[in-house]
Amino acid sequence: MPHERSHIVSSFEQELEQLRAMMVKIGRIVEEQVELALRAISDHDESAAEEATRLDPEVDELEREVEGLVIRLLALRSPMGADLREIVAALKITGDLERIGDYAASIARKAIKAASGDGQISLSGLRSMGRLVRDNLGRTVDAVIEHDAYQAMEVWHADRGVDEHYVTVFRELVTYMIEDARNIRACTELLFIAKNLERIGDHATNVAERVYYAVTGENLPTTRPRGGSPTRSSGLGEDTD
Amino acid sequence: MTPASMSSTEPSGKAPAQDVALAVRDLNFHYGSHHALHGISLDFPARCVTAMIGPSGCGKSTLLRVFNKIYALYPGQRATGEVMFDGRNILDDSINLDMLRSRIGMVFQKPTPFPMSIYDNIAFGVRLHEKLDRTEMDERVQDVLTRVALWNEVRDRLNAPATGLSGGQQQRLCIARSIATRPEVLLLDEPTSALDPISTARIEELLDELKEEFTIAIVTHNMQQAARCADRVAFFYLGRLVEVDTADRIFTNPREKQTQDYITGRFG
Repeated sequence: MPHERSHIVSSFEQELEQLRAMMVKIGRIVEEQVELALRAISDHDESAAEEATRLDPEVDELEREVEGLVIRLLALRSPMGADLREIVAALKITGDLERIGDYAASIARKAIKAASGDGQISLSGLRSMGRLVRDNLGRTVDAVIEHDAYQAMEVWHADRGVDEHYVTVFRELVTYMIEDARNIRACTELLFIAKNLERIGDHATNVAERVYYAVTGENLPTTRPRGGSPTRSSGLGEDTD
Repeated sequence: MTPASMSSTEPSGKAPAQDVALAVRDLNFHYGSHHALHGISLDFPARCVTAMIGPSGCGKSTLLRVFNKIYALYPGQRATGEVMFDGRNILDDSINLDMLRSRIGMVFQKPTPFPMSIYDNIAFGVRLHEKLDRTEMDERVQDVLTRVALWNEVRDRLNAPATGLSGGQQQRLCIARSIATRPEVLLLDEPTSALDPISTARIEELLDELKEEFTIAIVTHNMQQAARCADRVAFFYLGRLVEVDTADRIFTNPREKQTQDYITGRFG
């Protein structure tokens, strides 16, 4: 990714720097959205939930800007080698980050709805899943900013923990529903939240894969070691996105 | 011994197992006291386009000049090592230069039409090597002009001077002239650097068709052109072969840092 030597055409170098700055910005906003969503879950913090949703259009706008800059760079600079990989990766990474932002906003809204239950349901499993997703995302965004292939590979592996948490949380919530039908409404919201957190983890691994490719020119294996997937046996099906 | 069976002394220059039209082994070239090529080993696979890239003075054009021994015209220029072509080392003094140049054609940066008619530009070289009657010669001229997509533009003025053609047409005429003697290898030294984008695109399109029959070695400063036209790309720097690989690999993920710096425009 970033070269030790700068490009002979300095305006190209400036545009690459501009692209990198936009990636930092969009990465940090999406991280904040996830953080706010977790606060909405833990503390039923309505203002945090609103803020998470409010950031959405900002991310969409940045995504469009990145897209525009990438198209311009491809058309006018005909980048090659590591430049080409970085620029194409930026386009794809932005798409994944934007989806993560959407999931975070959706989690925040559901968290407020779920909170209107009677508080009998333990959120500890969901909270620790949320913390792991947030930490992985933070490290992923760091890998994007620092062009760190090693860090990217680490978080790519770490998503296995998110999948395992998801299985546990899923079982817990189903158990609550079986025990008492009055839990069903809140638990359904929480199930969606868990699923959305799991999806955020998946998009973060996509980002990690892109970073790895951009930096090394090699692809990570197509299949990633995964934790169990309860949805396959439960018949709930995968979220489409 | 055929070139394909040559053992490689330089693994990086060896092409994947298939017909090799030209096999260069440990080639050194001197312009007087200047050592211009250092121990080059490189295969040119048959019916493939191999592009040579690198900054000015890196030795890529020198290598082309070795293949048809143009350097032999100049005292003080000498090549040592091996360039195997059809089982023989073309650097040997016993090689018949006329025969060599009819089998390895060359097209230069600037179009070089002879000061004669369009028809004679093509017939001239053919007459040196083959005895054709008028009808056969007409057919040959039409055939090669059609293949370089020039026939429709010049069919009504074959006897007009070639110098009256546009730059792009002249260059296509030069390519037609080169392939009229039915060579096996075509050497192109920056064939489009003096042409407009449309003429350039026509020639690039032509290379795609010609490679089904000929082995093509092209020197170009235009990296997009190398990326578009070439199957394999060799990067030269200061008279040495730095890296050779598929065009895909060279332009997306080269192995050597020098190549990476050059293709991304960071060469200082």
